[in-house]
Amino acid sequence: MNKISSIHTLPRPGALKKQAASVQFRNVTKRYGNVTAVDDVSFTIEPGQLVTLLGPSGCGKTTTLRMIAGLEMASEGQILIGGRDVTNLSAADRDVSMVFQSYALFPHMSVLENVAYGPSVQGVSKKDAYEMAMEKLSLIGLKGLEKRAPSELSGGQQQRVAVARALVLEPQVLLFDEPLSNLDAKLRRRVREDIRELQQSLNLTVAYVTHDQEEALAVSDHIIVMSNARIAQTGAPRELYEEPANLFVADFIGDANIINGELVSIAGPMAQVSIGNLSLQLPHRNANQGTVKLAVRPDAILLDESAPIAGALTGTVRKASYLGTQVEYEVETAIGNLFVVQYGRKEPIAPGTPVSISFTTQRGVAIIPHA
Amino acid sequence: MSRATLGWIVLSWVGFALLPWYGFDRTAVLTLTDYFVSGSALIHGLGGAWWLLPILVPLCMALAPVFRPAAQTNGNWLIASGLLGLALIVVQGFSIGLNGWMLDILRGLFGEPGPSQAGMGYGAALTATAFLIVLCHGLAAHGWCRGDAFVTSSIGVVIALIAVFVFFPVTTILASAFADNSGNFAPFEFFGKFMDRSIWGLDCLSSNLRCGVAWNTLFLGLLVGVGTTALGLAFALIATRTEFRFKKLLRVMSVLPIITPPFVIGLALILLFGRSGALSNVLWEWFGVPRSRWIYGLPGVLIAQLLAFTPIAFLVLIGVVQGISPTLEEASQTLRAKSWTTFWTVTLPLMRPGLANAFLLGFVESLADFGNPLVLGGNYEVLSTKIFFAVVGAQQDQGRAAVLSIILLAFTLGAFWLQHAWLGKKVYTTVTGKGDAGIPLPLPRRVALASYFTAIPWASFTVAVYAVIVVGAFVRSMGRDYTPTLEHFLTAFRVESSDSGFYFSGSAWDSFFATVKVAALSAPLTAAIGLLTAYLLTRQRFSGQRAFEFGTLLSFAIPGTVVGVSYILAFNVPPIEITGTGFILVMCFVFRNMPVGVRSGIATLSQIDKSLDEASLTLGAGSSTTMRRIVLPLLRPAIVASLVYSFVRAMTAVSAVIFLVTAEYNMATTYIVGRVEAGEFGLAIAYSTVLILVMLLAIVAIQLAVGERRLGRRSASTAPSPVAVQAVP
Repeated sequence: MNKISSIHTLPRPGALKKQAASVQFRNVTKRYGNVTAVDDVSFTIEPGQLVTLLGPSGCGKTTTLRMIAGLEMASEGQILIGGRDVTNLSAADRDVSMVFQSYALFPHMSVLENVAYGPSVQGVSKKDAYEMAMEKLSLIGLKGLEKRAPSELSGGQQQRVAVARALVLEPQVLLFDEPLSNLDAKLRRRVREDIRELQQSLNLTVAYVTHDQEEALAVSDHIIVMSNARIAQTGAPRELYEEPANLFVADFIGDANIINGELVSIAGPMAQVSIGNLSLQLPHRNANQGTVKLAVRPDAILLDESAPIAGALTGTVRKASYLGTQVEYEVETAIGNLFVVQYGRKEPIAPGTPVSISFTTQRGVAIIPHA
Repeated sequence: MSRATLGWIVLSWVGFALLPWYGFDRTAVLTLTDYFVSGSALIHGLGGAWWLLPILVPLCMALAPVFRPAAQTNGNWLIASGLLGLALIVVQGFSIGLNGWMLDILRGLFGEPGPSQAGMGYGAALTATAFLIVLCHGLAAHGWCRGDAFVTSSIGVVIALIAVFVFFPVTTILASAFADNSGNFAPFEFFGKFMDRSIWGLDCLSSNLRCGVAWNTLFLGLLVGVGTTALGLAFALIATRTEFRFKKLLRVMSVLPIITPPFVIGLALILLFGRSGALSNVLWEWFGVPRSRWIYGLPGVLIAQLLAFTPIAFLVLIGVVQGISPTLEEASQTLRAKSWTTFWTVTLPLMRPGLANAFLLGFVESLADFGNPLVLGGNYEVLSTKIFFAVVGAQQDQGRAAVLSIILLAFTLGAFWLQHAWLGKKVYTTVTGKGDAGIPLPLPRRVALASYFTAIPWASFTVAVYAVIVVGAFVRSMGRDYTPTLEHFLTAFRVESSDSGFYFSGSAWDSFFATVKVAALSAPLTAAIGLLTAYLLTRQRFSGQRAFEFGTLLSFAIPGTVVGVSYILAFNVPPIEITGTGFILVMCFVFRNMPVGVRSGIATLSQIDKSLDEASLTLGAGSSTTMRRIVLPLLRPAIVASLVYSFVRAMTAVSAVIFLVTAEYNMATTYIVGRVEAGEFGLAIAYSTVLILVMLLAIVAIQLAVGERRLGRRSASTAPSPVAVQAVP
């Protein structure tokens, strides 16, 4: 995808470029016998946005994606693409393309035949279909490899062929089902940036399934976190990380220390929360007075081993692991064991050292409502 | 509304208003107008056959969506039209027969004899099909099977075919078992026939009399099951775990019986051990052993079936032996077990399900075998031959044939049920996705010796039997006169050239051409329906899928003789009257051999990533395009397997077709059986060798025609095509 910059100058044999479309789920449920895979889910993907469906395996995210594609039919509810009801349309009749986890490249066809497959089954002449395919292949930087069989390409190249094949019909919506799971860790970071760049430059509506929260945070405009067949929370990456709506999201997105606190009083948007003998000012997020749970990110906890201040929260470092860019600690305190990450070039604190603990309140500490 | 739906609605009208409603090709030469308009249901209906007119109602209902293409209720109209149309056709077909009313109630209500009609023809078939597909399109419009009309139609068509050609005959045979010979319900007669002494008698235990035919059959089946399993295991162990030099030969020998017509081995045994057999002569002249008829009866049938079915056990067990992870044996050895202990406590127990499988296959094969007992049985009667003689013999007792068929069917279904219930749940698979670096242990000495001592004599015996087959075809009379001759081939396959071109004057040509024609027609049909079914079973999800699978595999468990009897009982009278045509032979083969297509299709499809189909779907290709451009090219090995299998089976089958052949459509096998009964062994053997040769050529031709699947570089390492090893009742 190194030629993305030249996209606007490429000739376009098709008519006017199609507008990106929205995707809307209205109370969609999917059952297999007694098992409910997706339970009364509603959401909207705005045109031109990249939205990630994130969740642990078995949460229903892939089923949701396959329902957008038309590979599974909703048991109940309505699915709209670009404002049009497609609930009962088969996959072949929807203007949606998908990049599969296994890439699903047809092994008996060459790279060019694979990419040209979409237009050619639509009745486009072979010559035009090949032309369209070549255009997309050059877009993703695979020109020169079109005669090869898919099995003769590397994993990353196969993945790009799959993307080219999905793009060739210029679908209203493009779907990715864990597209990076078969790539090695280094390549993964590059490919996900390529996908994001492609999506933004072509102004595509993309639904993207992953179980990797870091990947989701990196590429998405919007994230839909799913758990047990339901939506746990939707929001921008930063919202999810800093203001988790419930325990599940707090735990699933990034690491979080869940600790108990006492909401003492509410004043305007802020609340006074006491943790042990510390006191914090935090947005109240509609929590009531009394015991509340707080999500504290590991990097929002500051350790100070120099001089324990009387009255502050104290603890003892139990374990320290040095990971290059960061040092991770397990600290034993009166409010439970805490997982702490310190960035920056500091000497690691030796296990057994007593430390005093404080929180950064600007970000990284949040009350979890209804928990 | 799609163009396809519209097309089928038009076809339903064509079938009703233009094509002849009755009869396939019974009447004399028809003129074109006879053929088109005047024989149609519409003309018949207006001219007195009033019962055909109600079908106009669903035909008109199907038009509603045509004129209001945008209406939301179109799906409902199509469903209603299809259901009503099918129901009307079935009801009128089953209530009015050749001799008037078919049901007692109707006779009582409207008096005898009532209107009469012949069997359904092209028009009826087309209209019924069109109604079925209109119904399926309607269901698709309701979102069934992801709204895919191709899938719903395929399911509908396969279900309809199985209903007509498997369930309908089986029900007919059940019904006929409970009826007396004039067709009235008579349950007591059933019990009389069922408990008959000739079936269940145990006289052979207490006196010199014969035992019941059911016990005979079971006893033979058990012996054959045990024998084939033991021999198959010996061969499999030699082939996988020893340094035996002639392993290739074992492979060839395992294929031979598949392309040998089932009774040919029996025939060869007669030529060797019969009263004037080659070996009997030698024994008499050199050692003074008197000639006798010992080969006719249990010993002969047993030897013939062991020869015929050991290769099947071998093919099953070689997979099982190879499937045992050598690491397990190595683990046993590192725990200080000697090689004999390891074999006895690890290897053999792991093989147990495979052994049980091989045993059940041998058992079922023996039960279903018809050719060998017919040729060699003598006084030892088994169910399959007894059924045959109940139908064609002097007694002509259809009810008795039906009762015997039910007993045989119960035995085979019981065996299959056992296999399914007992083996289906146990998982002894020891081959996993992980690499297995172990090296298989060499066999313990005793086991190796035991294997050699069983396998080698048996292998040489098999070679001898096949040598007899080849030699027998080229000598005047095996055992008496060893003058080399081509006489047998000339009698059978003489071609004379006359003024008007070549004239096939040999006595075998008619049956030969008929056989090739039927086999060539049924093979592609079998493959198509079998693979379509496999596709539906592996790639689609719909309610009732288990029942669907059971239905498609059921015909496999039905012994050929039972199929033959049930087909003549079911298809000899309207509404579906097709006995005596080549069509019934083709359909018989299609549904007997389809399960192999299904199995090999399932095996291959489950190796192909499902997301390939899905990728094609999301790129806008419909299911039928996906099937054609993605699934079929990748299915080539399965296509070859099922084409070869169904062609070969159609060439060699004897049990079912012996009931269905006519003078016009005589099959090669039944012709040969006739020659054997007439004592013309030389001719029979010569014809059999020609058949074997033709089948070898056909297999090569099919390989070339279908071709290899292209998988880029990977083709070098793809798994060998899954040749189905199946029980073949």
